[in-house]
Amino acid sequence: MDLIEVRDVRLARTRADVVFAPGERAMGGGTWLYSEPQPGLTGIVDLTGMGWEPIVRTADNITVAATCTIAMLRELPDSELFLQCADSLLASWKIQQTATVGGNIALALPAGPMTSLAASLDGVAVIWTADGDERRVPVVDFVTGVVQTVLGPGEVLRAIELPTASLHHTVFRRISRSSMGRTGTLVIGRVDASGETVFTVTGGTTRPRQLRFSEAPSPAAVASGVDSIDDWYDDPHGSPDWRRAMSLRFAEQIRQELA
Amino acid sequence: MRFTINGEPTETVSKPGQVLRSLLRDLDHFEAKKGCDAGDCGACTVLLDGEAAHSCLVPVHRLEGASVTTVSGLGTVDAPHPMQRAFVAAGGFQCGFCTAGLVVTASTFTEADHADLPRLLKGNLCRCTGYRSIHDAIVGVSNTVCAPSGDAAGRSIAPPAALRVVTGTEPYTLDVKTTGLVHLAVLGSPHPHARITTIDTTAAEAIEGVHAVLTHRDSPAMLFSTGRHEDRNDDPDDTLVFDEVLRFRGQRVAAVVADTVRLAQLALASIRVEYELLPAVFDPLVARATGAPLVHGDKGPESRIAAPERNTVAEFHGELGDVDAAIASAVASGGASVSGTWTTQRVNHVSLETHATRGWIDADGRLVLRTSSQVPFLVRDELCHIFGLHPEKVRVFTARVGGGFGGKQELLTEDLVTLAVLKTGRAVQYEFSREDEFMIAPVRHPMQVSVTLAATSTGQLTAMAVDQLMDTGAYGNHGIGVMFHSIHESVEVYRCANKRVDAQSVYTNNLPSGAFRGYGLGQVIYAIESAMDELARELNIDPFELRRRNVIVPGDNFVVTDAEAQSDLSMASYGLDQCLDLAEAALDHSLTGPDGWPVGTGMALAMIATIAPRGHFATASVTVLDDGIFEIAVGTAEFGNGTTTVHTQLVATALGTTVDRIRIRQSDTDVTAYDSGAFGSAGVVVAGKALLAASEQLRDLIASQGLSVGLSATAEHDGTPRSVSFNVHAFRVAVNPATGEVQILQSIQAVDAGVVLNPEQLRGQIEGGTAQAIGTALFEEVLLDGEGRVITTALRNYYVPRFVDLPVTEVLFADTHDPLGPLGAKSMSEAPYNPVAPALANAIRDAMGVRSFELPMSRDRLWRLASTAQRVS
Repeated sequence: MDLIEVRDVRLARTRADVVFAPGERAMGGGTWLYSEPQPGLTGIVDLTGMGWEPIVRTADNITVAATCTIAMLRELPDSELFLQCADSLLASWKIQQTATVGGNIALALPAGPMTSLAASLDGVAVIWTADGDERRVPVVDFVTGVVQTVLGPGEVLRAIELPTASLHHTVFRRISRSSMGRTGTLVIGRVDASGETVFTVTGGTTRPRQLRFSEAPSPAAVASGVDSIDDWYDDPHGSPDWRRAMSLRFAEQIRQELA
Repeated sequence: MRFTINGEPTETVSKPGQVLRSLLRDLDHFEAKKGCDAGDCGACTVLLDGEAAHSCLVPVHRLEGASVTTVSGLGTVDAPHPMQRAFVAAGGFQCGFCTAGLVVTASTFTEADHADLPRLLKGNLCRCTGYRSIHDAIVGVSNTVCAPSGDAAGRSIAPPAALRVVTGTEPYTLDVKTTGLVHLAVLGSPHPHARITTIDTTAAEAIEGVHAVLTHRDSPAMLFSTGRHEDRNDDPDDTLVFDEVLRFRGQRVAAVVADTVRLAQLALASIRVEYELLPAVFDPLVARATGAPLVHGDKGPESRIAAPERNTVAEFHGELGDVDAAIASAVASGGASVSGTWTTQRVNHVSLETHATRGWIDADGRLVLRTSSQVPFLVRDELCHIFGLHPEKVRVFTARVGGGFGGKQELLTEDLVTLAVLKTGRAVQYEFSREDEFMIAPVRHPMQVSVTLAATSTGQLTAMAVDQLMDTGAYGNHGIGVMFHSIHESVEVYRCANKRVDAQSVYTNNLPSGAFRGYGLGQVIYAIESAMDELARELNIDPFELRRRNVIVPGDNFVVTDAEAQSDLSMASYGLDQCLDLAEAALDHSLTGPDGWPVGTGMALAMIATIAPRGHFATASVTVLDDGIFEIAVGTAEFGNGTTTVHTQLVATALGTTVDRIRIRQSDTDVTAYDSGAFGSAGVVVAGKALLAASEQLRDLIASQGLSVGLSATAEHDGTPRSVSFNVHAFRVAVNPATGEVQILQSIQAVDAGVVLNPEQLRGQIEGGTAQAIGTALFEEVLLDGEGRVITTALRNYYVPRFVDLPVTEVLFADTHDPLGPLGAKSMSEAPYNPVAPALANAIRDAMGVRSFELPMSRDRLWRLASTAQRVS
């Protein structure tokens, strides 16, 4: 929709352009920003002009630029998890061609599937700080609550580093109130070559919640871990008690499948 | 900025923050539809550099050098794209407002994509069909035919507007250019109950480009109702164009008329308002009790509110025989009694086209309104009443309307546009956003319905008690009619010597409820048919058989609680027996779901009068034009009901011609003398009957005088006497008690629609009604926070069924002929919605072994039900 208070849209080309006047904010694909009224938003800084390489591979990491589209990420051959998480978006495939990985994470909705993906893989958020520097925060800690992140004033999410070692063996479970609806809860489990087993719960909780076990956990250990979560989310996409129960169910299914 | 639209180089200046959808419409590319403006519905889909994109999310600053292709760029009426041809051939639309986006999206599909349609169509919502016909279009199935001369009735011909709809060239309400148009935006109340103490509009008025700021000081003093009926006395006079007292959040406080939508919306912030907060009430149980805050305590008897002192807009209490004695006797003699309380939620219509009106003064000084209404004549008459205008000085018409479902039997935008046009003398437009649709447009009445039934051991129903309480919200539009309708055909369909019915329609400070497909019947049928299912279980009698033993048959009276009641309703044809047999025979009890999911079957029936009571009038005419063309003039609006198609079939059949020789003028107070409008499923059986009579008169005139240009015949129909139609739905389902997931294994609806005039269109209506009802049964819920605030204000939070969510419904027709309808036909628009939710609830009960008493039966609710039952047992 038209954003009626916006007076200026700037396409950022260099880091010097990535500064914000009062009322300005950063935009990735813009598919969320333009989908709701934005009271108080007077200016937009479009990061897609930065020309960031969408996917950069190093020995240990797949570095996904914040402006990499979800459609592009979906096609990565390394793991089925990319496709599973992209398809968890309520938004259509048409929107996924423009919506960005960084935008989905920085929006910090509980049901943001890119947060699920990156948090579950121990992804690291690379943040451009206001003073021209960089800092790194695990994605599991990047989202701190519903539409809340660790980003401070003037900070921008630059990229997500996904350790390829985390892709060793993953199992995905998701449910929503309709088969392709917005996520009620989403649980991803993984076991690394070291045997470390990690469960990440998103969608059902207000922020990503993670359970880590140095070796294959017992059913009771997984259940008590999920049970210790105390911030089950309540919105039109599911009740807290159902989200908790589905997360418990999925965690146990995943434990069995990983074992 | 330079880019191309459909190959045409375009150079334009856009506004910062603008999106492609609004830019396209600014450039008169009206084929880019606004369904949600939020990327949820897909109606605005275009190709951007060859890729399908929701144009409402494409920022204009990215368009430099881009190539944009709309549905009108894919093909034209004369040279349609293969996908456009396919949508016509398949009958792949009803109102057609979603079609532009669907055709563009589907035009990118390859044959390999056909296996992935659930995902690929996730972002395209259709509210009219059940997606089956859309699937047919995409995979190349043809369902429509051409009809030979004089033999169109009974054949599946395509709608006359089909090629225009699929090419984006059929104009809807706002799809036309008006020079000098200004726009209206509304400031809504932030409080659920308040009085405006001061309102200062000077700052807003001073803004350049603002033409007027309207408040309660500008409002006519005439009370009215937004709900429209043939008799305006059917609704309470409780509403003003602007009221000093605000009774729900979002109610109009003021409106700005300005050069652009953006300017009008921005200027709202400059209006200064002070409020005196008033006590509010949100629970109908509390609202009807003594001492509750009064919503319309200021109204007198002239408002026709049953009891404003206890917030009751209407009530009914009646008893036939002795219900309590009959229950005791049934139980004592080895029969059974069941009872329960069922609740239904608020449902939004989600017509893809939002409410909108454009108004202006024409060259003759008349007020003209182009509006998205189901009832243009009733709108005209009420505007004349409110503003003291003469009917000859007002013209109201509709173009093709993008969906209705009862939601456009309301006067929601027309009064404000009238006030603004009269005040400014300018052409003014007021268009609801999707958020407005959720926050201020009336919803389906939420109800709480208690039912007790008793029967003998052989299954003879001996007692029926129904106690219905509904929340009509802050205003009583349809709050009387829906209440009375809800307890009529639902109760009348069963023969029972002892009946007690109580019903109450209660004001609260929640958003208003209003007319919704089924008009109250669906909520009460859900409760009664669920109770009937329980009764069948108690008696160990098959649910089809229990119905057979108790439903009314020809010769019976229609009885609520007065056995002697006389009305114009008759059983002019009867197909309920066939519907029960057809649905029962079609059920496949061998179908199973995933491992470990219990399966079950369930059924429910519904009866509905073919026409609304208390008068429904239509005048229609047929005129000979040049070259063997006939022009018809009817009042009925086309919003996906398919009435217009059937009208051409009736006329072509009567006059021995082909449907392509029929020109249509419709839904315009200038075109015909009168038409009560398209509600109560009246389009075929009232206007169609008048049109058929006019055609037959013209045929006789031609026979006696010869064919000459200008020869014309006019006929009327008064909507009486009325008949009844029947629907029986059956489901087989599998349910996962561990998650609450429901898989529909089989969906069957058997319908008694009399003679079927257009089988494919009727099938589409049944599928569409079933689809909307599955949404009601499983997914949809307008959520409030308990203080009158709507939480679900966007389609992403209010889940309308997608392609993936709906089964293919087997549609079966009873073989009946109704002497009251045109060529034996009966109406069938609201009806298919009504039996679906209880049939599904009964199937889920059968599978789970425990009953849900509330809608929607969402996964979290069913999971909770199953896990609670498990703990108890």
